[in-house]
Amino acid sequence: MADRAQPLSGRSGTVIAIALAVAVAVTFAAVAGRAEATVGLSAADWAAIRFTLMQALASAFISTALAIPVARALARRSFVGRNAIITLLGAPFILPVVVAVMALLSVFGRNGGFNHAMVWAGFEPFQIYGAHGVVIAHVFFNLPLATRLLLQGWFSIPSERFRLAAQLGFGPAEIWRVIEFPMLARFAPGAFAVILSICVTSFAVALTLGGGPRATTIELAIYQAFRFDFDLGRAALLGLIQITMTLAIVIAALGLSRQDGFGGGLDRPLTIWGVNGVGPRVLDGVAITSVVLGLLVPLASYFGHALPGVLRLPEAVWWAAAASVSVALASTALTISLALPIAVRAALGRGTAVELAGLVGLVASPLVIGTGLFIMINPWIDPATLALPVTVVVNALMALPFAARVLIPAVRDCLASYGRLGVSLGLTGMAFVRVVLLPRLAGRLGFCAGLAAALSMGDLGVVVLFADPETATLPLQMARLMGAYRMEDAASAGLLLTFLSFGAFALFDGLGRRYAGD
Amino acid sequence: MKYLAFAAGMMTATIAVAETPVLTVYTYDSFVSDWGPGPAVEEAFEATCGCDLKFVGAGDGAALLARLRLEGARSDADVVLGLDTNLMAAARDSGLFATHSVTADYDLPIDWTDDTFVPFDWGYFAFVHEAGKDVPSNFRALADSDTKIIIQDPRSSTPGLGLLLWVKEAYGDQAPAIWSGLSDNIVTVTKGWSEAYGLFLEGEADMVLSYTTSPAYHLIAEEDASKAAAVFDEGHYMQIEVAGTLSATDQPELVARFLDFMVSDAFQSIIPTTNWMYPAVTPEDGLPKGFETLAKPPRALMVPVDQAASVRDAALAEWLTALSR
Repeated sequence: MADRAQPLSGRSGTVIAIALAVAVAVTFAAVAGRAEATVGLSAADWAAIRFTLMQALASAFISTALAIPVARALARRSFVGRNAIITLLGAPFILPVVVAVMALLSVFGRNGGFNHAMVWAGFEPFQIYGAHGVVIAHVFFNLPLATRLLLQGWFSIPSERFRLAAQLGFGPAEIWRVIEFPMLARFAPGAFAVILSICVTSFAVALTLGGGPRATTIELAIYQAFRFDFDLGRAALLGLIQITMTLAIVIAALGLSRQDGFGGGLDRPLTIWGVNGVGPRVLDGVAITSVVLGLLVPLASYFGHALPGVLRLPEAVWWAAAASVSVALASTALTISLALPIAVRAALGRGTAVELAGLVGLVASPLVIGTGLFIMINPWIDPATLALPVTVVVNALMALPFAARVLIPAVRDCLASYGRLGVSLGLTGMAFVRVVLLPRLAGRLGFCAGLAAALSMGDLGVVVLFADPETATLPLQMARLMGAYRMEDAASAGLLLTFLSFGAFALFDGLGRRYAGD
Repeated sequence: MKYLAFAAGMMTATIAVAETPVLTVYTYDSFVSDWGPGPAVEEAFEATCGCDLKFVGAGDGAALLARLRLEGARSDADVVLGLDTNLMAAARDSGLFATHSVTADYDLPIDWTDDTFVPFDWGYFAFVHEAGKDVPSNFRALADSDTKIIIQDPRSSTPGLGLLLWVKEAYGDQAPAIWSGLSDNIVTVTKGWSEAYGLFLEGEADMVLSYTTSPAYHLIAEEDASKAAAVFDEGHYMQIEVAGTLSATDQPELVARFLDFMVSDAFQSIIPTTNWMYPAVTPEDGLPKGFETLAKPPRALMVPVDQAASVRDAALAEWLTALSR
């Protein structure tokens, strides 16, 4: 495909990808360069590497596998509230970690509703703390994201294919074999790869629910190297292992993914025929109901208890909210302007290398990146004055892989279906982007922008290292409230944060979907 | 655009105060927060010093030291406030700190003779529980009971490290056995103090590792007497928080004034109800009402400062082995 005439060039994407990879490499080098003495990895470090790998593989696999029936159910059923559910599926993933963990524990914790019910019914209480707790939390976070990513796959199938299937008398099994399975072979590895990358750097979730040092992740080992032993060499080395390991798995996953799409269609709304038997309907009902309950019950139980305090929040919290909204909007714009060229570059060829460069920002340890940036910035400028700009950039880098993953298949389809037509009409470069690419990507772009805004809003990330008392973001202010015993206020600040994140997400996602007519 | 205006506002603000001398104090994040001692301390000191007191927050005590080591002699910091006795040896070895000439009549459970660091508050680690519940009175009884506890990871949290040294100091060679016994009492190990305390308040455990002064927050700020700290008969581990001067400071006189201010009533009387710790020098008016209700440990435990690092590494290895089984 690469040697065929194309309306767009991948050059700017290549430049961005190289710049990203170099930037991450430089921050790592800055940390390693300050190392005073390096010792080898301890047995505990190796245990952390093993645990990180196991929990991330399990979490990514379970999330992706469970997402398949849910995404299919949402694709082939139409009912009142379907759009609301699709939007809701963005919720847990964009929740601040502390809020999500508290929400989960308010149902499954020792004092949660689920265990009260179990004990009442005469069963042993369920113990969520342990390696399985980590996986449950990651699935809670990521199953909805996986569902959204796979749902994009269903929407990428021209509805003419299903019409043809109906004319040929296909039932659910044939549709699965001929249309849906090949589509999933293209989309599922990407979803798996992205979720795996998120779970690798997980730290607070793993530690809180893991139940102890058995559930130590690499990120904690990096933390220990940095603040306990001040061994920067080991911190950089562990960070490097984390990246290499993740990228190796992602390469393998993306290598499995099939690249050929279904060709163009007339953009009719998606309807799938031949799946209205009792079996498929019950299956879909169960899939949708269990996901909605699984999301709503923990969220509602958390919200119910945090809601009354929102209006009583101290003024400082509202200022922090304003700072967070500004940061989120800026990093959303940055994410989209980086992701689009990368997606074009990746779609022109096999593009795995370009996508991997985008992924580096996500799988690189935030502590190492933050420290590296600190070491580089500090000799020149007071880091505190750059707290918010650095947060904007780092948050954009973190959202980039999601945006790229969502955009790449769509850009690829768009180029395959309309690229030659564009070239023959002389519609190339920015004109092609404006007339063909952007309108066809509207739905995906809205989803990406929503994800980027919400992720940026909720991330505590590097701002801690650069913190300036006067320019706190909302997640930092929430952490400060917790540190000052004000757990109730912190919960309410968390709720405000969730409203803002979810509001930004729903706004962008809704705009995109309205424009695209999905 | 909003953001640009915001940034521009910040820059002009910095320029406006550039003419008065600036004293830069690095401290941990919760000290500078709107709910910590920072704002009141800043106001009180600026009222007398004719200077601009600028707090810079950086994570917690250990992160603070890491940041100083990253910055080295180039650091803008004049004073570092918020290291503790476990970090003092490493801080001194960094060679970044100067000696001080502060004298004060400290109300600490131990004699304070250090010539580099000045204490500003202190507290005892303790397990906090719902008042009125029957709780174990030492680690052996805790290990034998089915009381559920939440603790913090010593690698990422100051209280977590305090507990590690507490058990080591109280039990020495038997510490691994104590940890094995405790492993079925531990619900989970969190990254930091606030996650643990939050989980405890949600009812996830019977007790949480915190400070003997924690019930004072609930009593004074929330008028809620329902929390208490368990007294352990082997004694309680102490945390003393200290401040030190950077030898590279360009404001030696202001620094000396700040350290004197720090051990004076104006500063010390802010500490109890903002940092929820005991002041290093009890103010003339005494402690706030409510502090007299707090648990009094029978004995104060502390690993000597110069042994903290070696004891810590050995104790961590034991802890990891005992809890990883």
